Amino acid sequence: MSYLRWGVALAAVVVALVVQVTLFPHVAWHGIVPNLCLLVVVAAALTVEAPFALVLGFAAGLTLDLAPPADHVAGRWALALTIAAFVAARVRQDQKPTALAVVGTVAAASFVATSLFALSGVLLQDPAMSVAGLLEVVLVAVAWDVLLTPFVLPPLMKLFARLSPQWAST
Amino acid sequence: MGAFGGREVRERRWTGLDKLESRNRAPRSLLVALVLASVTLITLDVSGDGASPLEPARRVVGEAFGPAEAGVAAAVRPFTAVPTWFRSKGDLADQVRDLEASNAELKGQVELAGFERNRLEQYDGLTTAAEDLGSALVPARVVALGSRQSQSFTVTIDAGSEAGVGPDMTVVNNDGLVGRVLRVTRTTATVLLVIDPDSTVGGRVGSSMEIGFVTGSGSLDQKSGLDLRLVDDASVPARDDTVVTWGSTTGPYAPGVPIGTITEVYSSLREASQRAVVKPFVDFSALDVVGVMVPSGSRSDRAVIEADGSLR
Repeated sequence: MSYLRWGVALAAVVVALVVQVTLFPHVAWHGIVPNLCLLVVVAAALTVEAPFALVLGFAAGLTLDLAPPADHVAGRWALALTIAAFVAARVRQDQKPTALAVVGTVAAASFVATSLFALSGVLLQDPAMSVAGLLEVVLVAVAWDVLLTPFVLPPLMKLFARLSPQWAST
Repeated sequence: MGAFGGREVRERRWTGLDKLESRNRAPRSLLVALVLASVTLITLDVSGDGASPLEPARRVVGEAFGPAEAGVAAAVRPFTAVPTWFRSKGDLADQVRDLEASNAELKGQVELAGFERNRLEQYDGLTTAAEDLGSALVPARVVALGSRQSQSFTVTIDAGSEAGVGPDMTVVNNDGLVGRVLRVTRTTATVLLVIDPDSTVGGRVGSSMEIGFVTGSGSLDQKSGLDLRLVDDASVPARDDTVVTWGSTTGPYAPGVPIGTITEVYSSLREASQRAVVKPFVDFSALDVVGVMVPSGSRSDRAVIEADGSLR
């Protein structure tokens, strides 16, 4: 079961990444696209145990760092998504999270991840960007992620819950 | 009775919290380990300046993701083209009017620029023409774009080492300079666009032949464009002047590729230098077909456009 779950989770990350870099640039707002990899990680953090979600966050971030169009310093998305997974796992309620809780968690995780990535860029001077520009990117990214939450999160959470029955009971 | 009931409720809450605690056990050690792993990766990538130790990993991931990205891009292309079918007659008439206007403008420019062009041709003929003619174009399509959250302006194109593409080659489209190739896999290549804040291109002002450096502004907006700083502080670039690459045949950018036109000129008294805003010819938010400049006669898995316009 565990291997199957890992396989499904990693497959979801791969699909999310490919769709994110090929399909969504056509509908992007000023080049800002929804971060589907983050949504996969949050779905895992809301459904299954925290260690799994943390490692999945790291793996998804590493894939974002290394897959083709990326050219920033590797490890930055890995750091951001690990922390985002940690935040999402902390927020999780004991019972099945309400729709509002899910949306709130996505918004919080998206804000934390995008800001952390931007801050690491400022620290490393990877590309020197203005703070106003960074703020715009973070806010629009959060809006995008929240917008896609109703379409992406429910099926993913159902999938993860089915693959880990020990957590699926209320 | 009431107190009992209250206790029961409290107890239920306690068990609930207990369960929550056990389920939500924060794996601090794991968190610390993963954060340290990320920081290690960042350090490795930053410190390994020229040849990052992560380059092989990037290559492997690229080999795996490249074909997937190219496949998905090919699958979604028919759907993204749908809006262009539904253009009204008004749109088309507007477009014709715009094109006529720009055509007239260009005609005027050509007539006026005769003298400059002759001079430029002479210089070019002396220095670079021979090499310049010796390059061919490998056609490719943009299959993936980096998101702006990642803060770098890079794209993936569907031509790689099998098509004869290699690092540091110049990428152009029919409007002008697009960028340069950063790294290649077998079937794809990653291209750094000139609008990336990290990108610096040697530029030359068309009319005065002054050289300078063109850096990206980090915006897809065509108006905010690129920054030009001239090496010679005394010379003032003129508005509407064309900027071309200065480049060399060994460096990343081939010489003589048009970059854009100067739209604004600022003088900085403090730095005693001239800064100009260059509007790129290329619309980076709608990149599709591009060409990679390869040495003439290089092997490729597809038809190559030679310098004289023939297909090979």
